[in-house]
Amino acid sequence: METYQIYTLTSAVLFVIGIGGIFASKHFIKKIIATMIMGGGVFLTFVSLAERDALAFADPVPHALVITGIVVAVASAAFALALARRIYQLTGEESFTDDK
Amino acid sequence: MTDLPTSPFPALLVGLPILLATLSLFFSARVKALVGLTGCLLTAGLALIAFFEVTQRGTVIHILGGWEPPLGILLRMDSLAAVFIAMTAVVGFFISLYAWRYFRAQAATTGGFPLFWPLWLFLWAGLNGLFLSNDLFNLFVTIEVIGICAVALAVLSGKTGALFAGLRYLLAAIAGSMAYLFGVALLYGSTGTLDLGLLGQVLEPGTTTTFSLLVITLGLMIKMAGFPFHFWLPPAHSSALAPVSALLSALVVKGAFYILLRLWMEVFGVSITYAAGQLIGLAGAVAVIWGSWQAFMQTSLKLIVAHSSVAQLGYLLMIFPLLILAPGVTADSAEWLSPTWTAGVYQVIAHAFAKASFFLSAGLIIMALGHDRIESLRDLVGNMRITAMAISIAGVSLIGLPPSGGFMAKWMLLKGIFMSGQWWWAPVVLAGSLLTAGYVFMLLRLAFAPAREIGTFRPVPKSLEVLALLLALGSFLIVLPADYLIQFLESSEVFGSGIESILKGGAYGND
Repeated sequence: METYQIYTLTSAVLFVIGIGGIFASKHFIKKIIATMIMGGGVFLTFVSLAERDALAFADPVPHALVITGIVVAVASAAFALALARRIYQLTGEESFTDDK
Repeated sequence: MTDLPTSPFPALLVGLPILLATLSLFFSARVKALVGLTGCLLTAGLALIAFFEVTQRGTVIHILGGWEPPLGILLRMDSLAAVFIAMTAVVGFFISLYAWRYFRAQAATTGGFPLFWPLWLFLWAGLNGLFLSNDLFNLFVTIEVIGICAVALAVLSGKTGALFAGLRYLLAAIAGSMAYLFGVALLYGSTGTLDLGLLGQVLEPGTTTTFSLLVITLGLMIKMAGFPFHFWLPPAHSSALAPVSALLSALVVKGAFYILLRLWMEVFGVSITYAAGQLIGLAGAVAVIWGSWQAFMQTSLKLIVAHSSVAQLGYLLMIFPLLILAPGVTADSAEWLSPTWTAGVYQVIAHAFAKASFFLSAGLIIMALGHDRIESLRDLVGNMRITAMAISIAGVSLIGLPPSGGFMAKWMLLKGIFMSGQWWWAPVVLAGSLLTAGYVFMLLRLAFAPAREIGTFRPVPKSLEVLALLLALGSFLIVLPADYLIQFLESSEVFGSGIESILKGGAYGND
């Protein structure tokens, strides 16, 4: 198995764990962590793609893209945490109570 | 691509709102609102000038900072983008005026929500950027800007219900954009380019392409609240402040639809099959029935309007199966493509006007009554004449009665459905209209019913009522320039084209 395939498969597994976690768990923090795992899978794909054509050097474009992606993911996670914290302060609840 | 005429407008349409939004952050609450409103008026004016520029010169581009693609960013404004930008400008203009007066009327008790203005301007910049983008990654950045601003606006009231709904909205939005980004990564990995036009030429059918089509469609369906991912929309849209609900429902969800349309038409042509089209059409059809039925069952006005958005977005998904051509059929011989495209564009515009008006009216009713339970709407006609008129006019457009924009959209959709031979979509369109008529007439029946108690309505500013009425009238007036608008749209490469599917399977209906 080539290195590239290992990376791709790992990222697919992470992606699925993440998207499953978002829908399956009810706790705010678990859901937010699930989005980060999902993001981790996507970023791993990007990083591993830089090597794809067996070029002498790494393709810089995916690296540039992944930086932007990470920044966006961090900002979204921070925002989600802030919302979760605010809900906790106001109501003391830590998870979605109904079925979604 | 780079030999098209250049124009500064695409860059200004994104840059100006961002600049003014950042600027307004430095001022006190009162000045913030003023800078924000000025920014909205300027952006709307600029968008309309840009629209007329495109009608004169055709598609224009702007290469940011002189860095040519693939290194730099190219913004492209063709007639489809111009129409979406102009729609955003007109609807956004009325909502901005409404928001200014609405927040000022409540400033004493709520503080006037000064952060609305920078967030709305950032959101506007994101929307303009989305319509102008020409590569996959740029689209990702713009939907992120839109998503985060939209959630921040949705939780602006700081109430518990809004926070819950906002967190759910944000989580759905993150999941959607990560799925989209995964697809982008795979496409870049297999082709080495992100440019939409180039991708359309070099993309080859295969497992990777099919999988990226799948995850990108999944991500965008979550973002546009397509069935079965609509769960976040009704709570988020109904718990937001009135001008915010209007923005979210009228404009924000259309962004994801626009990307989906562009990508299916321009990029994924090679791997789209008949089944894919039927599947997405089915999702739309279920959304139409389910959303309308749910709207019919609600007892609070804003939830009715929010569920109705799910249904109206379903109509947009129903155009996809009609755009896919059987093998051997070319776009020139498929005469149903033009009505189908007209239906899609008119559904977007008519829904934007009608739904914005509906949510603004709902905000006024909450202002007058203190809540929006529909049993209190009795004698609305006697107390708030103009609002009752706005609700009925917007409702008529949502149902699709002539001569509204909604009628134009649904008529053209039916025309496309019958001409293409995919008759099984027709009952859905009709049933959707019938259910919509059900909840609109239920509201109107209450509005005309005699009051049980007197004096429950507090007076509301007349100017706000008139703004909501003007938007409702807008959903009728857009029919007047229809001929001209369609002619203009046909200058866009993508308008009126179809996806030539490569695989056989199933009855195309148009064989």
